[in-house]
Amino acid sequence: MAQKKKKVSFAKDMQKNYPVYLMFLPVLAFYIIFHYYPMAGIVMAFKNYKASLGIWGSPWTTMHGFKHFYKFFTGAYFLRTVTNTTLLSFLQLIFGFPAPILLALMLTELRSNKFKRLMQTITYLPHFISTVVICGMLIEFCLTDGLFNQVGALFGAEAVPFLSRPQYFRTIYVASGIWQQIGWNSIIYLAAIASIDLQLYEAAELDGAGRFRKIWHITLPGIKQTIVVLFIMQVGRIMSVGHEKVLLLQTDGNLATSEVISSYVYKQGFGQNNDFSYSTAVNLFNSVINFSLVILANYISRKFSETSLF
Amino acid sequence: MAKTVKSRIKRSAADHIVDTILVIFMILLGIVMLYPMWYELVVSISDATKLIKHRGIQLWPLGFDTIAYRLVFKYPQLLEGYKNTLIILVLGLVVNIVLTSLGAYCLTRTSCKFHRFMTLFVLVTMYFSGGLIPLYLTVRGVGLYNTIWAVIIPTALSTYNMIILRSAFSSIPESLVESVFIDGGGHWTVLFKIFIPLSLPAMAVQILYYGVGHWNSWFNAFIYIPDVHKQPVQLVLRKLLISGSNIDMGAETANIPNYEMMAKSMKAAMVIVTTVPILAIYPLLQRYFVGGMMIGSLKE
Repeated sequence: MAQKKKKVSFAKDMQKNYPVYLMFLPVLAFYIIFHYYPMAGIVMAFKNYKASLGIWGSPWTTMHGFKHFYKFFTGAYFLRTVTNTTLLSFLQLIFGFPAPILLALMLTELRSNKFKRLMQTITYLPHFISTVVICGMLIEFCLTDGLFNQVGALFGAEAVPFLSRPQYFRTIYVASGIWQQIGWNSIIYLAAIASIDLQLYEAAELDGAGRFRKIWHITLPGIKQTIVVLFIMQVGRIMSVGHEKVLLLQTDGNLATSEVISSYVYKQGFGQNNDFSYSTAVNLFNSVINFSLVILANYISRKFSETSLF
Repeated sequence: MAKTVKSRIKRSAADHIVDTILVIFMILLGIVMLYPMWYELVVSISDATKLIKHRGIQLWPLGFDTIAYRLVFKYPQLLEGYKNTLIILVLGLVVNIVLTSLGAYCLTRTSCKFHRFMTLFVLVTMYFSGGLIPLYLTVRGVGLYNTIWAVIIPTALSTYNMIILRSAFSSIPESLVESVFIDGGGHWTVLFKIFIPLSLPAMAVQILYYGVGHWNSWFNAFIYIPDVHKQPVQLVLRKLLISGSNIDMGAETANIPNYEMMAKSMKAAMVIVTTVPILAIYPLLQRYFVGGMMIGSLKE
């Protein structure tokens, strides 16, 4: 951010810029109430929250406030939720990350611009369908007489209730995620490809390079920085899997692989246990890890590329 | 430009083959992308009695029947949900756009003494949050619980969207701002007479992003609005598509022929009537997506 190094007195700044601060006032209020105040509310992770006493009046837990953390770390769900979360995002990374890059490369290779635009419109479409509808369709397609089994039947496979079996959950989650986001995520790569100097391609053609050599020696190096930055940022999010889609696709049958940290946080808070403090403690554990990973990722990406993220 | 270069050089036979494979692959990909919505459309207009007997992959409508749509538009829960979603959408968008424009404008005023503070204050929230329960208690604490405002005010501003808008605002030459000041105008004039009118594509994208968010969101309403009469349409869908509840048509049920068989096509018709409005809008704004994405995804 280019700061103008002009020394302005506080009073003069106020006189000149008070409308700006007036504009910022509602924004400030919003952030304080719905972001900073809840951050302060995290202290309840170290307390035994009682609704009648409120966050501030509730008593601290034993073990110097770390009882809930101890309970989580020593409980059966720690390993399970951490493993499921990490594995799910790891699979998303391996399969979901390259997919939009490949799509962008293929779209660029299309000769007809009209066809390219049409394919873009079509591949963006799933991004705009709501999670509820996507999961509703997935549930229907996974039934024993649903689409997936009908396709399987063409190849002689036996019908399987996919969503009730733990071994299929990750595939369903990751594959549907790719289906939904591949087009949308390719936008940024398409933009990066569009900014590559066309003279490079012309020169390569004069040297007799074919399309694959051009992709390998010009296009890919041209978008390398974008790829690296996005990859690192996604690695930084490896411990954060959202709860919405998981909760919608969860069944009693697939809990062994589908229970991730965020869905566990939701259930501990709003499920039968209804333990707000414990839920907050688990969430805090997750936030701290995520925060550290993002900071680390940002540090690494700054080393790799000149673009600093924040 | 790439095209003129390519056409000058003759395409080899191998190139032809690669092109053909590429086009075939793209068509297959297109089918995979479109099939689920096509399936819902096909089911929704199929004859329910034929539908129930059908086995195998469904590619075309079985018969033609619009009864599912006629029933869906009489289904009270759906209509109520739809109405609530529209109210939330309109009120939400007004709040979103006002707050986001104000915030984005403030973030472009680098000459302000508190500019650094404002930027930092906003960015911190992208990396750390209180989490589910503390936010839930806050929403309850400020009295939004079980009102439609519970899904409007806590999501009134998305930092990510605000940063996208800020970069659109930043691309407007500062000399324009100064000329307003010279003419005696103030910051409000700059925002409303210069920035917003000159960033209409960016504003349209903002409306789309926030609008899609409101239209498709379900979780906040799920935890903040227990009253079924205030819930948005996505929660109605959730009950039917995810929890597998029956469609309760009340007194109407007796008048519906083959009511038992109608469930599948009615659910499909509901998916269509709740999803198509958005699918009809985004292609119009498609060419404006890129600008926001470049900064957006890096700043996420």
